[in-house]
Amino acid sequence: MSQKTTENLDEVTIRFAGDSGDGMQLTGTQFTNTTAILGNDLSTLPDYPAEIRAPAGTLFGVSGFQIHFGSMEINTPGDHCDVLVAMNAAALKVNLGSLLDGGSIIVNTDGFNDKNLKLAGYAQSPLTDGSLSKYQLFEVDISKLTALALQDMAMTSKLVDRSKNFFALGMMYWMYNRPLETTIEWLKGKFKSKPDILEANIRVLKAGWNYGETTEIFSVRYEVGPAKLAPGRYRNITGNQAVAWGLMTAAKKAQLDLFLGTYPITPASDILHELSLYKSHGVKTFQAEDEIAGICSAIGASFGGALGATTTSGPGVALKTEAIGLAVMVELPLVIVNVQRGGPSTGLPTKTEQSDLLQALYGRNGEAPIPVIAASTPSDCFDTAFEACRIALKYMTPVMLLTDGYLGNGSEPWLIPEYDNLPDISHPFATNPEGFQPYARDEKTLSRPWAIPGTPGLEHRIGGLEKENITGNVSYDPENHDLMNHLRTEKIERIANDIPLAHVEGDSQGDVLVVGWGGTYGAIRTAVLRQREKGHSVSHLHLRYLNPLPRNLGEVLAKFKRVLVPEINLGQLVKVLRAKYLVPATGFNKVRGLPFRSVELEKEIEEILKGTK
Amino acid sequence: MSTLLDEMMKNNSSTALPKYVAKDFQSDQDVRWCPGCGDYSILAQTQRVMPDLGIPKHKLVFVSGIGCSSRFPYYMNAYGFHGIHGRATVIATGLKIARPDLSVWVVTGDGDGMSIGGNHFIHLMRRNLDLNVLLFNNQIYGLTKGQYSPTSEMGKITKSTPYGSLDYPFNPAALALGASATFVARTLDRDPKHMQSIIRRAAAHKGTSFVEIYQNCNVFNDGAFFQFTEKDSKDDNVVFIEHGKPLVFGKEKDKGIRLNGFTLEVVSLKDGKYSVNDLLVHNEKDTTLAFILADMTYKPHLPRPVGIFLAIDRPVYETEIENQIAFAKEKRGVGDMKKLLNSGETWVVQ
Repeated sequence: MSQKTTENLDEVTIRFAGDSGDGMQLTGTQFTNTTAILGNDLSTLPDYPAEIRAPAGTLFGVSGFQIHFGSMEINTPGDHCDVLVAMNAAALKVNLGSLLDGGSIIVNTDGFNDKNLKLAGYAQSPLTDGSLSKYQLFEVDISKLTALALQDMAMTSKLVDRSKNFFALGMMYWMYNRPLETTIEWLKGKFKSKPDILEANIRVLKAGWNYGETTEIFSVRYEVGPAKLAPGRYRNITGNQAVAWGLMTAAKKAQLDLFLGTYPITPASDILHELSLYKSHGVKTFQAEDEIAGICSAIGASFGGALGATTTSGPGVALKTEAIGLAVMVELPLVIVNVQRGGPSTGLPTKTEQSDLLQALYGRNGEAPIPVIAASTPSDCFDTAFEACRIALKYMTPVMLLTDGYLGNGSEPWLIPEYDNLPDISHPFATNPEGFQPYARDEKTLSRPWAIPGTPGLEHRIGGLEKENITGNVSYDPENHDLMNHLRTEKIERIANDIPLAHVEGDSQGDVLVVGWGGTYGAIRTAVLRQREKGHSVSHLHLRYLNPLPRNLGEVLAKFKRVLVPEINLGQLVKVLRAKYLVPATGFNKVRGLPFRSVELEKEIEEILKGTK
Repeated sequence: MSTLLDEMMKNNSSTALPKYVAKDFQSDQDVRWCPGCGDYSILAQTQRVMPDLGIPKHKLVFVSGIGCSSRFPYYMNAYGFHGIHGRATVIATGLKIARPDLSVWVVTGDGDGMSIGGNHFIHLMRRNLDLNVLLFNNQIYGLTKGQYSPTSEMGKITKSTPYGSLDYPFNPAALALGASATFVARTLDRDPKHMQSIIRRAAAHKGTSFVEIYQNCNVFNDGAFFQFTEKDSKDDNVVFIEHGKPLVFGKEKDKGIRLNGFTLEVVSLKDGKYSVNDLLVHNEKDTTLAFILADMTYKPHLPRPVGIFLAIDRPVYETEIENQIAFAKEKRGVGDMKKLLNSGETWVVQ
């Protein structure tokens, strides 16, 4: 056995990359779960193509999974990676740009044959032409070693090849000193009925680990200690799973049945998959024939006294628009989750973006205000889904929750909330026929009663035609229409009295306030913390409530010399802030389908500080 | 934990069923269809049938889309939801899944149900929720003032087709059958008794019951169905199909429908060549026959079939959902959110 040394690291970013059929998402997820259980803080970024099985070896078929973990606070999946695991030439070519100078590359040499090189557009092999000299290159014939590990098992070469990601995973477990047990346990559950595949995968996983341990090729392994996280019980969670659980928890705390009416769409479908598992909780999921049917069924369910929800992404919201207007008119509770992706049109289905804010705020015919809230991290998707339900039920209104592909697929350790400490958000149905009026309003919230079919004496009709105030009868009266428009708007505006004030991270006044919303939280927080360490007067405000905005927002903004609004769109929140508060806020906008890098935000903040922008 | 809904239903379960009359189902709203509209008859027949169904009116819900027909819920003293164009079927679907205890009726038209809502229509048919769909077919767009509809005959001159329409019309009954509907019927606005009997059967059917009602729009398409509804012409132009009975029609009951190979033909019962025993006997349980009969529609040499084409049983969607929930609860125990949050791979930070 060779002599190995161990080095301690505060943080590491690893990127697994291969063909979309190579199982890179699975490899990354397994590495993530094991790492989470070891107590590291972490953040992940799955980055996969829209094609399910793009032709093998092509550049557009490359699927990647990045994990940033450490013994310190981790807020982003990492601007750059320290280690790149490339299963073929195309994976190397696509991902090399994200590798830090001096970083490590572990390649599967079998993925660099003439055909692979040609498909990746390499004239000569990068492994031999010296172009990788500024990196540490580890060449491993993963395919061959996998086949050797399985040579006495009667398995097709195709099945053998499909196990090779476990070899890579085993090597990385060795290199970062992680145990194999979590993955082995997972495999046992997954392949309970396929003992051959179970054994093969475990063998290959161990072979990868042993390869690291025994060969000369790796001389250093790394130790990344646990992070200092707040005490309590943790689990790893993706944003989509957190949305699903947030909706379920809210339904239970509202003493209602949850109904999800939805249509599959990337990157939101995992919420449907997750909720469809929980029949034993009474969750009803309905995979509708289209987006419109998804939301309309949810509205129908809400009319019947369920907590109606629909999940989608931008193009789906476009289709649901008319129905959202209906929900505004009939004033029924409804939660619309938009897991944003690159647009316009079909756009970039598997990439992230924040370009649906104005659609969420204004994208309907007529004056149709709805509350809009946005999640900032994968685990925050739980809290915001719960909050969306609370508002929808209390104010009898559709609420839009904005997450994005990065949050939905990304994961992080989550301090599991104490279920018993979560608030009761139930509101009784109307039952008393005496003086019942479907559009009589609560004095404080302006919310109308929820009178559901099956209640004797409360028979009434609702619909998309303008309602007469109080009676809910159809009304074409001009003054009534004006009044109802004002009432619907004021109802939403009053929610500002029921949400927290805007809270600045850092000093409450100074040179620059960076205002963000949604999935950019981690990148902005990292950038602002680094700027503060450098002694700059920079603070961070992250908005969860986009409509209505926090009551004190105007005052908060006014206390800073400059306001910088980074968004993964062409300037949507900045437009709202400028219009509403007349502040000379500056946008920082990139629409690449990727999260911000904190370094680029830092650079922008520095330019603002210098006054060059 | 029981939900608010469970409690509400428990509290109302003891309510005795009142003795209703048709008037109990009239709402306080003025009916605003054009005078002479066929919709009045449909409203009256529906209100007449309701007391016989044994359903308390607080359990009745009428859901509609957009169009003249879709104003219907406002005029029924029950729960009602006037939705958006074409979507009544899906609003009703969500409602019925959430509330299998309710009697849910969809009221739609040939524009709302066949055109903008065509996709939802076919999916409702195949899913077979226990909903009742009344489709008022007047073969014209009334509320938008007279454009041709997906059931208008070819060559129709309307405001939007001054040179005649080019679209081949849908045959709603055949469309429903093609989408695997379990109950398909056709009736006429000017035949109150027949309509009442069909609505009763539709209400009794477990599964989606689809009823196409020929309805006269006396403003934009007056007389579209007169050959099937008026005294001097209907007997020779309509064949009423009834389960177990041969297809006989004509003023003197002197004509019949015979199946010759796969082709239907009209035969005379007068000239001694054919008797009633040679005629096709309707079987509403036979899906193939239902297609053959529905296909008579628009064939000029055949009378228009009216009645129940098909009434078969198939598992009901919302019942299957409830069954899956019961199965999951039995197998896994009733879901506990607190447990779920703490399930799987977790770890404790001290």
